[in-house]
Amino acid sequence: MIFAAELDVAQNVFFGLIAAMTIVGALRVVTTTNVVHAALWLVLVLAGVGANFLLLGAEFVGVTQVLVYIGAIIVLFLFGTMLTRAPIGSDDTVTSRQWWVGLVVALPLLAITGYVLIDQWGDDELINEGPQRTAEVSDSIFSTYLIPFEAIGLLLTAALVGAIVLARKE
Amino acid sequence: MLINQFLLLGAVLFSIGVYGVLARRNGVLVLMSIELILNAVNINLIAFGAHHGTVAGQVFALFVIAVAAAEVGVGLAIVLLLYRNRQSIDLDEVSSMRG
Repeated sequence: MIFAAELDVAQNVFFGLIAAMTIVGALRVVTTTNVVHAALWLVLVLAGVGANFLLLGAEFVGVTQVLVYIGAIIVLFLFGTMLTRAPIGSDDTVTSRQWWVGLVVALPLLAITGYVLIDQWGDDELINEGPQRTAEVSDSIFSTYLIPFEAIGLLLTAALVGAIVLARKE
Repeated sequence: MLINQFLLLGAVLFSIGVYGVLARRNGVLVLMSIELILNAVNINLIAFGAHHGTVAGQVFALFVIAVAAAEVGVGLAIVLLLYRNRQSIDLDEVSSMRG
């Protein structure tokens, strides 16, 4: 049994609830015929993933997830939906006629990754539970990972300029 | 808690995202499915970071979030341009480069 830890019952119960919510939300994101509903289901998935970050003791990433994903990226998606005048109501043309090809790829992928994970990690306990200090994360970003951090900054600038250039009217 | 419960949740989210990328033909919905895939990767990064007791997983998850933000910005600009040129964001109709 995969939720077989004895000590932290509360965490496992909440993990089960959050995981169920996340998976249902993700399934609705890829199956709903309404683009706006898909964006709102995506909020549920992103919140569930953020809650998982909190369960794993990564508070800063959890907060960043809420700020960046739920706060900014969802709004961008809704803007994209409105600006491209996608049908606001339900619309059958959003899913390809060959949708079963996706199933043919995704189900074996899930079976293989699931088998490999269970084979490799089995019932291994998560060691080093408990929060990791945000100060350590920031120290690490500004010392060990300083050059990747600068590269990310450059990439974001280039992407923003590129997006403006692409979307600007001539 | 077991490490596998997080890894399996990540695998399920990843597979759902792959299904969405292949089965959807609306540009915005394909970008949403890519977000599902990136979030699955972030769960794995954080879980392994916590397992090994280092902050490297969190740092790389933050990098992935930043790259995802840039990707959505450029992706939506491309979808917008597609709509402006063809009055449709149906990806099945974007076939002018087919050989």
